[in-house]
Amino acid sequence: MPFWTDRRRLLAGAAGLGASASLGACANGRIIGFDKVNKTLDIANQGEPLSLDPHKATGTWENNIIGNMLLGLTTEDAHAEPIPGMAERWETSEDGLTWTFFLRSARWSDGEPCDAHDFEFALKRILNPETLSEYAAILYPIKNAEAVNKGELPPDEVGVTAIDDLTFEIRLEHPAPYLPQLLKHYTAYPIPKHIYERHGNDWVKPENIAVNGPYTLRRWWSNYIVHLEKNPGFYDAANVVLEHLYFYPGNDVNASARKVMSGESGWSTLFPLSQTAELRRALPGYVRIAPWLVCGYFSFNMTRPPFDDKRVRQALSMAYDREFVVEQILREGSDAAYKFVPPGIAGYPATARYSWADLPMEERKREAERLLRAAGYGPNNPLRFAFSHRNTSDNPRVAVVVQSDWTSIAPWVTVELRGTEVQVHYANLRAKNFDVGDGGWVADYNDAKNYLYLLETRTGDQNYPGYSNPEYDRLMRESDFEPDAERRAQLMFEAEQMMLEDAPICMSTFGSSRNLVHPDLTGYEDNIEDQHRARWFGIRS
Amino acid sequence: MLALAVRRLIVAIPTLLAIIAAAFVLMRAAPGGPFTKERQMPPEIERRLEAKYGLDLPVGEQLTRYLGGLMRGDFGPSMTYKDKTVIEIIAEGAPTSAILGLSAMALALLVGGGLGVAAALRQNHVQDYAVMAIAIAGVCLPPLVIGPILQLWLGVEWGILPSQGLHRDEIGLIYLIMPVITLSLPLIAVISRLMRASMIETLRSNAIRTARAKGLPEAQVIWRHALPIAVLPVVSYVGPALAGVMAGSFVIETVFQLPGIGKQFVLAAQQRDYTLVMGVVLIYSFLIILLNLAADMLYRALNPRAREA
Repeated sequence: MPFWTDRRRLLAGAAGLGASASLGACANGRIIGFDKVNKTLDIANQGEPLSLDPHKATGTWENNIIGNMLLGLTTEDAHAEPIPGMAERWETSEDGLTWTFFLRSARWSDGEPCDAHDFEFALKRILNPETLSEYAAILYPIKNAEAVNKGELPPDEVGVTAIDDLTFEIRLEHPAPYLPQLLKHYTAYPIPKHIYERHGNDWVKPENIAVNGPYTLRRWWSNYIVHLEKNPGFYDAANVVLEHLYFYPGNDVNASARKVMSGESGWSTLFPLSQTAELRRALPGYVRIAPWLVCGYFSFNMTRPPFDDKRVRQALSMAYDREFVVEQILREGSDAAYKFVPPGIAGYPATARYSWADLPMEERKREAERLLRAAGYGPNNPLRFAFSHRNTSDNPRVAVVVQSDWTSIAPWVTVELRGTEVQVHYANLRAKNFDVGDGGWVADYNDAKNYLYLLETRTGDQNYPGYSNPEYDRLMRESDFEPDAERRAQLMFEAEQMMLEDAPICMSTFGSSRNLVHPDLTGYEDNIEDQHRARWFGIRS
Repeated sequence: MLALAVRRLIVAIPTLLAIIAAAFVLMRAAPGGPFTKERQMPPEIERRLEAKYGLDLPVGEQLTRYLGGLMRGDFGPSMTYKDKTVIEIIAEGAPTSAILGLSAMALALLVGGGLGVAAALRQNHVQDYAVMAIAIAGVCLPPLVIGPILQLWLGVEWGILPSQGLHRDEIGLIYLIMPVITLSLPLIAVISRLMRASMIETLRSNAIRTARAKGLPEAQVIWRHALPIAVLPVVSYVGPALAGVMAGSFVIETVFQLPGIGKQFVLAAQQRDYTLVMGVVLIYSFLIILLNLAADMLYRALNPRAREA
């Protein structure tokens, strides 16, 4: 029966071919998450990138990838401190409004020079409203940036100029001593002008992209993997140790932790806090918990009763037991917050504090009841409202504590809990469709202003409580135009202290970054921005 | 048979249109939108984004536009992925989901079918009870439980099989073993029960009694005469079930961190990526229609009585 034999041979051949193909690629072997021989690192990143274009990215997990591909005028060292990047040095004019950057002579990964014109092009592109960048507002300290981004001026009016190939000038709206902090943010990265002109928005696809940073993009398989490969043309390539980086979107933190345990991942950028003790046992030396630029707070909707009354807001802020939440619910890696700007922010003494913060809880509760009675509430006029919270991670458990703390002020206080999906929750906050709502904030750059601007009147919808205090706005505006860093910090401190007494928000906690890191991965340093660029990584043998 | 297929495919067009319209309206009825986030973007940018994706138009007009795009084979740009189109995203995820689904179904038919027949042949014996116990366990323990357990034992504790992924951006076949087993367990459970019940019934039928009366060997009675009849309910079940598993499983793809469209679909719905959700819904409905038709045709081929209708 020749037919059968033929078919069998065919099948055997096909099977053999398939087997040899996959064996040839070694694809059936186990992955070593931190492979010291092949110098590769598999990273469980905390989310799926929605764009690798720095002008369209919005998430820290996107930053984790993009920041290994592109480099701004300044960049970060292993401690996330700003250091010279593409700019070797810079000068500031006396009024603090004009900054001149002197660039190093460097090349894109395709061999073309990466110079001041790429920076000028990139900053004009991100601020052009047609680019639809959601993060461009961070660059508003640049002259005319806001007007251009709002479509009031043409993109060419942005205050940036390539004076020559290696000299780049930035003019500002107001002095911004934190500019070196800001310029290491991905919104200020250059993009290859020559490639953009050829491919438009597809410049960022693996087949087109050129980078000026330590790693280039090999492949991006949606919701599965982003593969970066060392860029030999990077100016500091000689000091870059790891050859390949693989980023996985760890939407499921438990799976990410398992991946580290099985050795298939050498670094996870997140792990469930509830498993800290277990992970410490199973993975000695891996657990890294460090203070981070993140805070959790509740907004009172000040645009309507009962929270248009300062006494009600103050009473609830006082009666909330942050210490309990930190000790019993969030446990390790979080701190009770009695101020808005987290401790450790650069150039900010951060001594603002609720004036009642040191009173014992019993006394605070009594004072809260007194304030509520003074505001007209009591057995005959009960206080009822809803606490809206995100139904993700630990938020529902915190909400229960909030409810019990507030209802225990007096029997005539009733709090209803409303948990919703994150997106719906924020849409409600923005539309002022809530009584009290929880929320979190992660700073984009290491400066107190990145928190305090949230409560300025001009911030608009994102000023969730609808706080509008002319004195606060004036202090913040004045701090913008203050060239002296110390005076500026003092103005912001005064604003913060005033705001705390007004209590438009009830501060809850300061959080921390949680990473699982292979103990033999050197160059990983805990830092407040939770930023760890692979160019600093090395291998401890 | 061909005429039937053509007729069914023509009828499928209004069905698909109805599904598209319903999904389209439902998606937009959900609160929030693709651009509602923790951090607010400037209103000018939000307005332009909405204009770009046509979200500032009335829903009816949005639907007409979308259908117009579909006619030209354009599923539109993703609303959350800024650098990718819906077609690109589906093309990246669909092969993995399809391979997983087909392998799991093949495994389920072999194992489930075999177990079902084995149970039927020894009805009310230990063999039967054992099979049914497995089936009940398969139904009761969802992949959400089985997946991580397998992962922990086979992957982490004993280190026999890789626990997740596909070997970075290559494809390692060994990586598919655990997900395929996990995905097939509930299918094995259902198929073995269906097969058992149907086989028991068939074995009592006149046709089989006749076959036995003619003195045919038992193996021939079962494989040649009973099986083609007994397998009919399984065939009707497998059509839509196969569409279900091929369109991706959120749980499997999340637990094993695989690049499939099931995970993409759920995440897209959470993020209100209207176009991506529509794209996957469309593919899923098309698969259902196609595989139902295939199941019907197979049913007819196996069962002469169904041909006359």
